[in-house]
Amino acid sequence: MHELSIAQSIVDIVLQHLPPSDGLHVSKVRLTLGAMAGVVPDSLEFCFGAITQGTQLEGAVLEIEHLPLTARCADCGHEGEIEPTLFACPSCGGNRLTILTGREMQVRDIEVDEPKGVT
Amino acid sequence: MSVITIERKVLEKNDQVAAENRELLRKHGIFTINVVSSPGAGKTSILERTLEHLKGRLPVAVIEGDVQTDIDARRVAKYNVPAVQIVTAGGCHLEANLVRDALRNIELSGIRLLVIENVGNLVCPSNYDLGEALKVVVASTTEGDDKPLKYPAMFRNSSVLIINKIDLVPYVNCKLETLRNNALRINPALTVFETSCTTGAGIPAWCAWLEQQSNKSGSAPSKR
Repeated sequence: MHELSIAQSIVDIVLQHLPPSDGLHVSKVRLTLGAMAGVVPDSLEFCFGAITQGTQLEGAVLEIEHLPLTARCADCGHEGEIEPTLFACPSCGGNRLTILTGREMQVRDIEVDEPKGVT
Repeated sequence: MSVITIERKVLEKNDQVAAENRELLRKHGIFTINVVSSPGAGKTSILERTLEHLKGRLPVAVIEGDVQTDIDARRVAKYNVPAVQIVTAGGCHLEANLVRDALRNIELSGIRLLVIENVGNLVCPSNYDLGEALKVVVASTTEGDDKPLKYPAMFRNSSVLIINKIDLVPYVNCKLETLRNNALRINPALTVFETSCTTGAGIPAWCAWLEQQSNKSGSAPSKR
């Protein structure tokens, strides 16, 4: 259960990038998550909701863009999605694979609401 | 509403501290391994056998990670090596900053091999670089032969596999061949050792490899 620690890292990064003006509220955080990043999305969302209470991120939506596990096969050159539990090239069955995507865990961007009542 | 672009790795901070750890250890010519496994696979027993075998041959230091208690550090301290216990108090893995703090409590001069024993867990530690040269994953025969398929990230991120408790193969539902092949399917680059801490089988070969790697790291240290 390291999702709490991951959620905390996300909040830290967001707060670092928030302009230092009063009353800003983060309404959405977009995250890229690879299929082999070792993170359970439901659990991450739960932790994120819990630790953002009372912060500028309270109520923010954590939008997760999932990236599949893809690889390049050294034997036949095939590039594409692979099944994480098989770890074999879907084209030739070889296992000399270079992972292309699937390890990502990155904060893409955030949506920020201006302070209410200021127009 | 406005959008602020961030594009930052979530574990960037951990990776930065890990890079600092790696540089510190490199300067001292220390070969560092991060040992991972599920709970009870035999990490501490392998470490004890290793310390016994390397006594007088290679100066070793140990960082022990556990959720609670300093039982493991006390087991290791019997071998008269510098040992620091990190108690994560619930945390399921070690992070680079915990290792950095532990390193401050070890006299690194003269050490050639640092063993970091991670918290028993085959999921979370695979995400956290600690500054090690490589990860060693331990899988024991009592866990069955399908562990590599169930936890591919850990086997993929490791460079060495130790198959432990080989003396129990006749009594458990685990084929060594299948376990080895499953692991090599996930990661063909794995160096594999087979050990038993009860009989001592395989320990000399594992220790010879450690000595060789440590001497390689130590042969080109920068001047201190």
